[in-house]
Amino acid sequence: MTVQADPVTVDKAVEIERDARRRDVRMRWLLSAPALTIITLFAAGPLLIVLVYSFLTPGNYGNVKWIFSIDAWTNVVVQRDIFDNTLQWADAHLSIFWRSLKLSIVTTILTAIFGIPTAYFIATRSAKTRNLWLFLITIPFWTNLLVRTIAVQELIRTEGVINNVLRMLHIIDTPIQMMFTDFAIGFGMTYVYLPLMVLPVYASIEKLDFRLVEAGYDLYASRWTCFRRIILPLVKPGMIAGSILVFVPSLGAYVTPRVLGGGKNLMFGNLIELQFGQGRNWPLGAALSISLMVLVMVALIYYTRISSGGDKQNG
Amino acid sequence: MIEIRNITKVFGAGEHAVTALQEINVNIAENEFFTLLGPSGCGKTTLLRLIAGFEHPSTGSMLLAGEDISLLPPNKRPVNTVFQNYALFPHMTVAGNIAFGLEMLGRPKAEVAETVDRMLRLVRMEELKNRQTSEISGGQQQRVALARALAPQPKVLLLDEPLSALDLKLRKEMQIELKRLQSETGITFVFVTHDQEEALTMSDRIAVMNAGRIHQIGSPRQIYDHPENRFVANFIGDSNFLNAKLGNIKDDQAELEFAAGRKVTVPLHRADLSDGEVSVLIRPEHVSIAEPTGNSHELTGVIENIVYFGTDTHYHLKLASGEAFMARLQNNPSEAEKRAAGDKVAVLMDAKAIQILRD
Ligand SMILES: Nc1ncnc2c1ncn2[C@@H]1O[C@H](COP(=O)(O)OP(=O)(O)O)[C@@H](O)[C@H]1O
Ligand SMILES: [Mg+2]
Repeated sequence: MTVQADPVTVDKAVEIERDARRRDVRMRWLLSAPALTIITLFAAGPLLIVLVYSFLTPGNYGNVKWIFSIDAWTNVVVQRDIFDNTLQWADAHLSIFWRSLKLSIVTTILTAIFGIPTAYFIATRSAKTRNLWLFLITIPFWTNLLVRTIAVQELIRTEGVINNVLRMLHIIDTPIQMMFTDFAIGFGMTYVYLPLMVLPVYASIEKLDFRLVEAGYDLYASRWTCFRRIILPLVKPGMIAGSILVFVPSLGAYVTPRVLGGGKNLMFGNLIELQFGQGRNWPLGAALSISLMVLVMVALIYYTRISSGGDKQNG
Repeated sequence: MIEIRNITKVFGAGEHAVTALQEINVNIAENEFFTLLGPSGCGKTTLLRLIAGFEHPSTGSMLLAGEDISLLPPNKRPVNTVFQNYALFPHMTVAGNIAFGLEMLGRPKAEVAETVDRMLRLVRMEELKNRQTSEISGGQQQRVALARALAPQPKVLLLDEPLSALDLKLRKEMQIELKRLQSETGITFVFVTHDQEEALTMSDRIAVMNAGRIHQIGSPRQIYDHPENRFVANFIGDSNFLNAKLGNIKDDQAELEFAAGRKVTVPLHRADLSDGEVSVLIRPEHVSIAEPTGNSHELTGVIENIVYFGTDTHYHLKLASGEAFMARLQNNPSEAEKRAAGDKVAVLMDAKAIQILRD
């Protein structure tokens, strides 16, 4: 049976559908309005202010003068010699950038080294004990960051737990200087950010179908090859997510380097804070903040490039 | 090809111990389509996993082509598995999956490529070679899983309920496909199913399992026509069980007296029977019904219910002894419907239709 379409009816149906679509679109905008407002007001807005400030002149007592200047931006990487007025690399800044980058990478690698086996261990427990382990892993999250950092300080300071134990065991005579070194910062950040690595990796291992590993084992792969060819590629998304979650806050870390690194071993976050505080150079602080954002984005783009590069080799 | 000698498998220990398999003895011949049939939880998967090497026997041993493989890990056994859920590698293409085993065996690249193409042709999946495994249908995944397991040319292919996830039509197609693959490759298939019809139509031999034990091993015909015991009879096909008394055993025949009254001389298929109470199996399609003649040696009953199935009709009777009995008669157009519930009828059968069970 064929249906003879009545042109009038069809036109009407098209019209009704179009109206419905319009209502739909309007409704969607309406529903997303609160979210859009919040994002504009509290994220895009401040960012814009920071961007504008970075092109202004520092005021005498903090704040800014509304005079356009790109000095802040040049000062991020170079500085003018106070004696002969020549431009020189801003060594202090560059070494802080470098330390931030280095410590963040080291932190990410260390959290991966400790976090991945931990995640694997938890994911392979029975459902009940698994929840207990996850609970234990997340406990530090409920504690203030400063408190956790001071706890680390208690461990590594000259009269701290580690040194005392080592001395009691007569392994060392004089305490090891751990506070106020890069080691202290790396150690502290690894401890603080470990759950951020464990959780996403755990999530992807938990999703992993271990029958796939059996299938690989059945098809003549050794245990190591099963790990490399089957587990690793399937868990990689979790590892990438974990690395990003650790790397990004590490690069901008402020509290941990401040407490454990002391005044000398600054990181990016501390440098920015300095400009808005004692330095009274808000435009430079603003320019540094944006530089940090750009650095993070470049690092992320580069990282996702290299880590997804090997994916398509099969087939 | 595979010799399974007195294997028992216990999971866990102490009061939580589960005996999954008990005293399993099986010899599977080269190039055989061997089926493990039994209800869920009877130990089929466990036996398959033992052959694959994922589990090790608690006691007993296993030989493959005369060589003891009990302690070899799965990757050292020339045995491949088609998993129930297929377990295809989601991060590889169809071809990548099929190539995996060959690559692990270190075959040269050209040979791998050539074998992959041959396998794709064998399972008729050439066009989907470079698809991701998530982009193909369940039936196609099934074929890829088969091709992947066949590619390294194992001595034995293990299939754990490979068709149970497919719909009826596809399942029928794959049953034929599997038989074709088996005869084309000449590989020994050990096939697991809980579907008796599938087992009957596909297998060279069937092992019927229950609660960790093998109850009977035989060809589909042997299993259906001469089940060893009540479990096997009940599990495969429809069955009537009647109580009877066995006596006068002479050579290969004996006299049987039904509780319902009738006395017959029956041929015996087994030597392990003695005089006394026995259980007897009569298949519903092996009998017919007729007007009772009044002969005292007749098996008579009253029709309680008639169910029409198109191709045939099921008559549910209550025998004089009170036992329930079902007769299945084929319908044909010349015969009009002539019986109704409440009619008294006689059950007619050949003495050969009567099977005496061990328990
Ligand atoms: N890894 C195991 N641990 C404990 N019990 C198991 C394990 N695997 C199987 N079983 C038990 O062994 C019995 C047989 O299981 P299985 O071989 O999977 O049965 P089937 O495949 O026939 O359904 C079941 O009672 C099951 O609970
Ligand atoms: Mg099973």
